[in-house]
Amino acid sequence: MHSSVGQWIIYLLPPLVVAGFALLAVLERRRLGPAAPLGFIDRNGWPVALFLIVAVGLWTVFMIVMPLMAMVDLSFRPKLAPPQWGGPKDFYTLENYRYFLFGSTTSTDNWNVTHLKAFGLTIWVSILITILDFAICYPIAFYMARVAGPARLRLMMLMLIAPYWVNEILRAFAFRILFTQQGVINKALLAMGAIDQPIDFIAADVALYSGLAYAYLLMMMFALYNAIETLDRNLIEAARDLGAPWWHIHTFIVIPHAKPGIGSGATLVFMLTAGSIAAPLILGGPKTLWFTPIVYDRFYQAFNWQQGAAYALILLAACVVFVLGVLKLFRLGLGEIAR
Amino acid sequence: MSTRAIHRALMGVYIVIFFAYLFGPLLIMGITAFNKSAYPQIMPFEGFTLDWFAVLAADKDMIYGLQKSLWIGFLVVLVSVPVGLAGALVMTQVYDRARSFYYLIVVSPVLTPGVIIGISTVVFWRQATQMTGLKFIYDGTVLTVLAQSSFISAYTMLIFLARLARFDRTLEEAALDLGASRAQVFRHVLLPFMLPAIGSAAVIAFLSSFENYNTTTFAILADKTLTTVLAGRMRQGTTPALSALAVAVVAVTIVGAILFEIVKRREDARAKARAATAERAFNAELTADAAGAAAA
Repeated sequence: MHSSVGQWIIYLLPPLVVAGFALLAVLERRRLGPAAPLGFIDRNGWPVALFLIVAVGLWTVFMIVMPLMAMVDLSFRPKLAPPQWGGPKDFYTLENYRYFLFGSTTSTDNWNVTHLKAFGLTIWVSILITILDFAICYPIAFYMARVAGPARLRLMMLMLIAPYWVNEILRAFAFRILFTQQGVINKALLAMGAIDQPIDFIAADVALYSGLAYAYLLMMMFALYNAIETLDRNLIEAARDLGAPWWHIHTFIVIPHAKPGIGSGATLVFMLTAGSIAAPLILGGPKTLWFTPIVYDRFYQAFNWQQGAAYALILLAACVVFVLGVLKLFRLGLGEIAR
Repeated sequence: MSTRAIHRALMGVYIVIFFAYLFGPLLIMGITAFNKSAYPQIMPFEGFTLDWFAVLAADKDMIYGLQKSLWIGFLVVLVSVPVGLAGALVMTQVYDRARSFYYLIVVSPVLTPGVIIGISTVVFWRQATQMTGLKFIYDGTVLTVLAQSSFISAYTMLIFLARLARFDRTLEEAALDLGASRAQVFRHVLLPFMLPAIGSAAVIAFLSSFENYNTTTFAILADKTLTTVLAGRMRQGTTPALSALAVAVVAVTIVGAILFEIVKRREDARAKARAATAERAFNAELTADAAGAAAA
């Protein structure tokens, strides 16, 4: 198939969908007749209505939908020099996705081991980090929402937010100072006589994992706090009066109630971790290959944008699968997660 | 000791460990900024120095990146505050299935990894500018503003939605009954009500833009911002000048936070005073009415 079709879809489909919705609205109003509620323009007055339509239209069409569609379109094209774009060689192909799975056609390996391994590692570690962040945050969030008084709560909130004023890259740098061979932790361990040789924490990925767990902790914390905060205090009191041990109270009352918060926290932490690029660049060991730097290299080292787009889409697909999995697991709707 | 007391003690220990994890790395980084040693370390402490701040101030790339980051942050505020406001207002006016469709679209940037937003923006505008000849759009600054605004507008929209949930629709109706036009209602009733949210949305938008790296590193093309300069430096090796930068950033934010708190308190006090005056006037009217009724 000739791929200018893709361009037509990108440029015509979004306006068509918008027009479709507008048409549906008009038909609905006609059906209701005089009983119809006030129309959009009548309701806002035309200056405001114009502002709303232009702002939301530009945002949704040109900044959200079209870029994504362009990326999907590009990912199915072969790498070509700009003069050949739209020419006879520019047809849709699965080459970029085939490359992700099986590697270059000249290689002797059956699979594209490097990239597949990096992808698997990224997803697996992101899931572990998400679980770890939940475990770290849950006691604190519960304490803030249920135990702490207002003054202490305010102080803890402030102390939670303060470290996140520092830039993501500088935060990763702080972990680098801690964990390098001449770093603070090695110096301290050597001085205490616990070890005779400095430990290479960076190569062992200790630095990367603790840095990643640190980086997006706040998302989980506030999601959990907001969810637990709405729990009716009487439920816990009642359970306690009925003799429930503390872990019963958490497993059967607090955690089920906090499910939407856990879902939204997990989604955000997973997405941010899997998509993070600063921490892996700064803290990753020489042998550890995270997926996002590979995507970056497709673009600005290999200059193969088509393949880069395909790789980005694979990452996006993994995130979508994770979000859907969380929704299914916790039986939630999307609206409950993105609050 | 009862189990509850043990629980409380354990909880206390955990909270201390947790905040040590949160602040420890940053404190150590802060100390290395003042150590003479050329390698960022605290032991041995070779002597107090402010030289690393001087090194920082003389770093031309860093200064250029800082200016660019401030400029981009300003533009992102200009785009994402009105767009987020419009997005939130439209949300309150669409219903049924169109609403969940709309919600899915406008919230999706929040749930999309930043690198992907950067990539898709660059890919789309490269193609679009080549087709239309609008070459000036294909520029690091413009693309970064577009890419960042795509998800920062979603943040501001969520802030506005939270504020709108508390808006009293009867105020609008009252103004309309009194003969105000729709535009006047928007300008004199809705906007003043949204003002605090506009302030915090602007702050959040600026900060998110200023510290963004994932989206920026793709969208900035050959240009550079503070975060991309920083990441480049960090790949070359570590120097205490970077710690000095962190200290400077923290100092600026703390001053900013204190100023913000002062302004907010003053505003709160003013609002309280206004409420007190209103109440006094209301009471006075009541007494006057009562007096009038008694006289009659």
